[in-house]
Amino acid sequence: MSKVFGHFLNTFPPDHDSLELNFRPSSKSIKERWRNNRLSAYFVANYFSTFVGSKKEDKDHERQLKEGKAAVSYIANELLENAVKFHDEPESSTHTIRFGIHFIENQLITAVIFATNVIKTDKMKPFEDWIQELLSVDTEELYIKKVEESLENDEQSGVGLLTIINDYDARLGWYFEEVPEDPTICFVTTMAQVTIE
Amino acid sequence: MKSDIVGEDYRILYDEQGNTVAFYGELSLSGSKDYEPIKQLLEEATSEELEQFTLDLKELYFLNSSGISMLSKFVIGMRKSDTQLIVIGSEEIPWQKKSLSNLQKFLPSLQLVMEASEETS
Repeated sequence: MSKVFGHFLNTFPPDHDSLELNFRPSSKSIKERWRNNRLSAYFVANYFSTFVGSKKEDKDHERQLKEGKAAVSYIANELLENAVKFHDEPESSTHTIRFGIHFIENQLITAVIFATNVIKTDKMKPFEDWIQELLSVDTEELYIKKVEESLENDEQSGVGLLTIINDYDARLGWYFEEVPEDPTICFVTTMAQVTIE
Repeated sequence: MKSDIVGEDYRILYDEQGNTVAFYGELSLSGSKDYEPIKQLLEEATSEELEQFTLDLKELYFLNSSGISMLSKFVIGMRKSDTQLIVIGSEEIPWQKKSLSNLQKFLPSLQLVMEASEETS
């Protein structure tokens, strides 16, 4: 049983480039490794800029590259922060948080950034409801609403995903997949596609 | 007691005379609890009615969404104040071009100044 929401890519062209990092969430506390999220996001963004390539004499290209790199850093950091924050599995299980980027090159370059973590199956429904809301309403209005709501209730505001959609014009998608050996947990992958040039 | 806040990758400096709080570096704390001391510094700096107060972000190169939320909440809190809030950003920092204008949605009187690079292109 798997479920897809929004713009999710499950297959990629055979000759495309990609980079994937894996983290063991239990190896260090979230607090200790928090900074690692941003550093990993930068790593992926640097890989992106190498992939696109620099043309020092072309100012427009350099500006687009700088903006693309910043977009990848921001989005990758948000997805990884969420994956680390919401990863929830029994102590006995040993799934990694997967995080990475794919590139799809046509006339334009699309960076496909993703993060996979494990959540308890009983958390799927509220998450799905939130995704449905995100995909069906005016996200600019929802952003205002969520920030104002967060004055009262700080946690899980969803502002990160909304900024990815609103400020970076990214298309978001989700993939829920069962964990064969344990029905109490499932994998969730959040994916953001952003077209750069 | 108002004081500066210095972290591994960032500094937040309060200039009481200049009614300015300036952010430097890269900021991606893990959530609203971790941002609370910074929000408190901003709230204390604006606790008295001022002619104007400046939030200088032009050397803040990275801010995650939890940080954007913290700034937004501070800005919402300024609705009840008569202090003119000025936010200084940089045209050269992509996240600021993308996200800083959102602050005006919460406080239309906020004056956003995006400084251009000294280098002409």
